[in-house]
Amino acid sequence: MIRVFSLPDLGEGLTESEIVAWHVAPGDTVTLNQHIADVETAKAVVELPSPFSGVVSELHRPEGVLVHVGDPIVSFEVVGADAVDDSGDSSDSGAPAAPVPTKREANLVGYGPDAEREGRPKRRARPGSAACATPVPLATVTSPGLPVAVTSSVANPVAAAPGATTMERPRSTPPVRMLARDLGVDLTRITGTGAHGVITRDDVRAVGVTPETVPVADAPSVFGAPSGTRESRTPIKSLRKLTAAAMVQSAFTAPHVTEFLTIDVTPTIDLLETINTAGAREGAGRVGLLAVVAQALCLAVARTPSVNTRWDEAAGEIVQFHYVNLGIAAATPRGLMVPVIADADRLGLAGLADSLARLTAAARSGTTTPAALAGGTITITNIGVFGIDAGTPILNPGEAAILAMGAIRRTPWEFRGDIALRQVMTLSLSFDHRLVDGEQGSRFLADVGRILANPGLALTMLGATPGAA
Amino acid sequence: MHDLPPHGAADNGSPLDDDFIQLLSESGERMPNAEFDPWVRDIGAAGLAALYDDLVVVRRLDTEATALQRQGELGLWPPMLGQEAAQIGSARALHPDDFVFTSYRENAVAYCRGVGLTDLVKVWRGNAQSGWDPASVGMAVPAIIIGAQTLHATGWALGAQFDGADSVAVTYFGDGATSEGDVNEAMVFAASFQVPVVFFCQNNQWAISEPVGLQARVHIAERAPGFGIPSLRVDGNDVLAVMAATRVALDRARSGGGPTFIEAVTYRMGPHTTADDPTRYRDPADLARWAERDPILRLRRLLDAEGLFTPEFEAATAAHADAAAAELRAGCIGLADPEPLSVFDNVYTTPQATLDRQRAGYAAYLASFESSDTRSSNEGASV
Repeated sequence: MIRVFSLPDLGEGLTESEIVAWHVAPGDTVTLNQHIADVETAKAVVELPSPFSGVVSELHRPEGVLVHVGDPIVSFEVVGADAVDDSGDSSDSGAPAAPVPTKREANLVGYGPDAEREGRPKRRARPGSAACATPVPLATVTSPGLPVAVTSSVANPVAAAPGATTMERPRSTPPVRMLARDLGVDLTRITGTGAHGVITRDDVRAVGVTPETVPVADAPSVFGAPSGTRESRTPIKSLRKLTAAAMVQSAFTAPHVTEFLTIDVTPTIDLLETINTAGAREGAGRVGLLAVVAQALCLAVARTPSVNTRWDEAAGEIVQFHYVNLGIAAATPRGLMVPVIADADRLGLAGLADSLARLTAAARSGTTTPAALAGGTITITNIGVFGIDAGTPILNPGEAAILAMGAIRRTPWEFRGDIALRQVMTLSLSFDHRLVDGEQGSRFLADVGRILANPGLALTMLGATPGAA
Repeated sequence: MHDLPPHGAADNGSPLDDDFIQLLSESGERMPNAEFDPWVRDIGAAGLAALYDDLVVVRRLDTEATALQRQGELGLWPPMLGQEAAQIGSARALHPDDFVFTSYRENAVAYCRGVGLTDLVKVWRGNAQSGWDPASVGMAVPAIIIGAQTLHATGWALGAQFDGADSVAVTYFGDGATSEGDVNEAMVFAASFQVPVVFFCQNNQWAISEPVGLQARVHIAERAPGFGIPSLRVDGNDVLAVMAATRVALDRARSGGGPTFIEAVTYRMGPHTTADDPTRYRDPADLARWAERDPILRLRRLLDAEGLFTPEFEAATAAHADAAAAELRAGCIGLADPEPLSVFDNVYTTPQATLDRQRAGYAAYLASFESSDTRSSNEGASV
């Protein structure tokens, strides 16, 4: 007998989760509580234990998609004690009985009604797809290219129906909304005839459609919002809340100054080409521009130590760091994080490249530890990867400087007395004006720029003592 | 006077911080202790085996309940992984006529008190307002409000004192609760009236995501003497030390010596609840260090060294645990949904006009649904 397992609420009051990974495939035999999938909710990544012993007959949702609580995700062929008490309409085909009108939601620990989906068909069909369409993977929806799901809603008869001009929820009573849901009627299509325009039971019956015609599949819109929702509200919490607090604290305690410097980095690009192709790094990963900028920053810090300090208001002291713990601002699946490369000034270019590779891998896989996020003294943010030229970065709280790398562009530039197409980028440096004067900040930024414009100059800076310049 | 340790550094209960009573080392060796050994002298081969069986069964139950939550059968579950010895060692020291007031994570205590396995999960499934009859098992239903149960215990103990009974109230709470006003008020009253109550604090190192070092700059056990309450600091992952300390405290209470505070130093190895993600705030190295101090592992080592850990014993324990887990699962899934109107039951013992009106109004509202299926139901999950 086929038993279908639907996504439960894995936290408290969650409405959706993402399937990060399946650990089973159709045909696999599983035991009760065997770890079959990893699922990420707004709160945590959790391991999903199998609810049955049996054979996996179908995975209804692929990895990487957002699934609503209550949607079927996996079916099992089970025998014995578990093979009881399931709906017959799923056993003949093995497919989930998705078109059945939604019943009232299980109401466990005070979750309340599912207001967002109240009175609306569950999913709309994408054009040219079967009733149970596969949702668009998250990666596609959120990719920086053109939106791919834009046209799907236009083809939908319900959304395009006349009368759907108002976005306010139609007035009705809970029993009427339930009737409408059972009949598959969209209340936004109805003009109420009751007092004050309230939709009545008869209004719903007049429009009532048979369950066979209820649209069931609904591709996510570009913004991932249910149809008809023009704005939505998300509680400010977890990483977003922490990020916000840090930004506010930094922006309104440290007086920021930002300076810009545009430079020709063609020599550095050529150097990287040499390093990465000439076998200079046998067996190791590629050295990227970020590693060179990190190295340049460390050399420049040695000449202008005041950018590597902290304002200790409580103690009435300025803390001078005699090491560089380099933060790298990273956009991760969980949001902005700034993992730290400890003692970056001692690593050298190869060591920095290796550290950056490890740090990037950890950030992407979400395995960055709390310890790796602590103790930064100065930060680099690479906004160039987003195609941006320059900005006014906000300091990581407690640090004196942050350097933003812009995008590298082929630009007409003065070169040996002529105009040539050169690789040009803009550096943006924000610094805390309590700790760093304009002269120092400018010298620091100019030093970084000089190294990138002529990496050979780094040789002259090795072993430089603070203030020697 | 104490020298204050640096903030959040020395006093966060790190594994190296072994300033506590220990009778069983991490490697499973008995640590001679002239003061506390006599209190567990009666625990021989059979006693050790019974404690081991308890520890394994409650861990298995806890794991099963966590799985049931992941499978949508429970709304929420607070795992106790790592705290088994603190709960079993103390609960097995109690008399049947003692009374226990706990927080929400003491499911091993409930197991020892004889709470039915299905009753453990009723509330977490949303099927009942409370899981069991407190009077029949000598244990109140869990307090969700942090620390409130310490006041209940102190009040109950005051009643026992008036009655002249030699029963003791034992209240369980966590390190975070010690910063609550309720707990401090309870300790003031318990000391003032010298009532027979044991304050049993499981210092599991985390108040959800806040490490204990943030709120306690001295050992939590050191707070109690300020209230005039003697305290003991015990290795909470050492089931024998916990039992000995609890017996000392119970004996003091029964003989008119008043309250005792016990800090059982342990570690919550899982999430705060199934809705929490500890990897966001916990250093994996910290978890690894505490895994070496696992309460079950060290008792197993002792049994092994004494030739008691036979394959037959291991198999019997595992079978017991599996059977308990199966009973919990079947009982949980088989729970009938409550009637909506039952929410009005047990509010008052006598009829109340206002409540009757509300009941009638809600009944009329339910009747206004055309469908006969007016009950909130879990059956939708198996469509």
